[in-house]
Amino acid sequence: MKLKLSAPIPAGLKPQPRRPGEKDPGAAGAAKEAGISAVDWLDERTSLSGAARWMMFRKVPKGTNWFYTLGSATMIAFLSQAVTGVFLAMYYRPSAAEAYESVRYITNEAFLGEFVRGMHKWGSTVMVILVFLHMGRTYFFGAYKYPRELNWVVGAVLLVLTMLMSFTGYLLPFDQKSYWATIVGVNINGTGPLVGPYLNDFLLAGPDFGATTLSRFYAIHMMLVPGLIAALIGAHLYLVAKLGTTAPPWLKAEKDPELRKESA
Amino acid sequence: MNRQQKEEYLREYAILKAQGKPFFPYAVAKDAIMAVIVMAVIITMSIVLGAELGPKADPTTTTYVPRPEWYFYFLFELLRIIKPDYLVPLATLGIPTICLILLFLLPFFDRGPERRPEKRPLATSFGIFVIAAMAYLTYLGASAGSPTEIELETPKAVRSQGGEVLAQFEAGRAVAAQSGCLACHKFGENGNDGPGPELTHIGERMYPESIRRTLINPTSPMPSFKDLPEDKFNDLVVFLSNLK
Repeated sequence: MKLKLSAPIPAGLKPQPRRPGEKDPGAAGAAKEAGISAVDWLDERTSLSGAARWMMFRKVPKGTNWFYTLGSATMIAFLSQAVTGVFLAMYYRPSAAEAYESVRYITNEAFLGEFVRGMHKWGSTVMVILVFLHMGRTYFFGAYKYPRELNWVVGAVLLVLTMLMSFTGYLLPFDQKSYWATIVGVNINGTGPLVGPYLNDFLLAGPDFGATTLSRFYAIHMMLVPGLIAALIGAHLYLVAKLGTTAPPWLKAEKDPELRKESA
Repeated sequence: MNRQQKEEYLREYAILKAQGKPFFPYAVAKDAIMAVIVMAVIITMSIVLGAELGPKADPTTTTYVPRPEWYFYFLFELLRIIKPDYLVPLATLGIPTICLILLFLLPFFDRGPERRPEKRPLATSFGIFVIAAMAYLTYLGASAGSPTEIELETPKAVRSQGGEVLAQFEAGRAVAAQSGCLACHKFGENGNDGPGPELTHIGERMYPESIRRTLINPTSPMPSFKDLPEDKFNDLVVFLSNLK
């Protein structure tokens, strides 16, 4: 039985059978064979090649321009944050007594420490800018309309999570600036209706800024929110592939040449 | 969008998609170039701007006026602009919450079939308005005076007197900035508006003697400054009494 796949492999990428009289490909050919059989082995057990083909060889409408790279650029910024964050976490100690000292160590002593911390710090700025640009493109091109409403909502949640990331991350170096900015942020939160005070108790791990507040921010910053963001990026991408990326709003479809021939 | 418009859109989109190119390698190539640019920007910013670490957090200081990361400036500024106490919850949570709810529900109240920005004047102008408002608030937040400095211009009268008075005035300025006055008083663009009165023109309202007495024996919650060294205290009085 042959499966009908929505996205066939483009002709250029299909392996061609060896023509009679063609030379034996030798070692390179053997390596290629080995690669193919490894992929076959994996596919036989996971059946993922269909999904990969569906994702990679789907068609992108005509007229797709540079504005459409902002989403993937945001994801790259997120991945950069994740990688640099892992390295920072290796040295960071989330306790009020040690946090500042550990960040000072990262900045002044660890090999390439200031560089990695700089990438993480400025990467957050770049990511926030890209999120807003991506959202602006979606807004002005009307790309949130039918059938992509749900993807807009997922994106809006991702925006809020990104802002939450920068809010919780701001405290971690534990210098004057980050401490007082966080106190104000939390106080603003506390004036909120109904849930405000409870949310505050949760964020601060108690009624006031205490010994466990920092570790709570740290756990939210490096486990809870990044996990949610990664999962939602997955959902966002799935919907993009499922519904297709929008065409620029000015583009009108040309009549199918076949149809034009018939009507002439 | 009604059912017919939805079907029309899907049909139109199916044709555009069929005429398009496969995601791999065409779109992937553009995305890859963009990824390189993003990483280059992040690395360059890290090398050029570095990662400075301020003084260690000190919960006992009350003079430090916090500033958030720049992309929260618009929220921060909203808070500074809206003055009356009963409106503060509106600024801090009301407006952002309403904006957020509107943002989430956007595709459910804007359901028209039109997607071209020039054919959606309301949506497009509203979007531009929001961007302009956020940019303006961010600019205001960024240019707000520093929390630990008093940037008032030295009055002409003081400059023309020169010498001793000018030196005392400048020394007094530093004393005021370092003594935490800004936590409760406003000096021009610097400091917090309240709970204490604005001091930009305090010299017009009070004589040096009464300023001196107020500093030694203030009304609560202002602390007394009688423990300041004599010369610093005199500088402070000269500074304040010349703010006209």
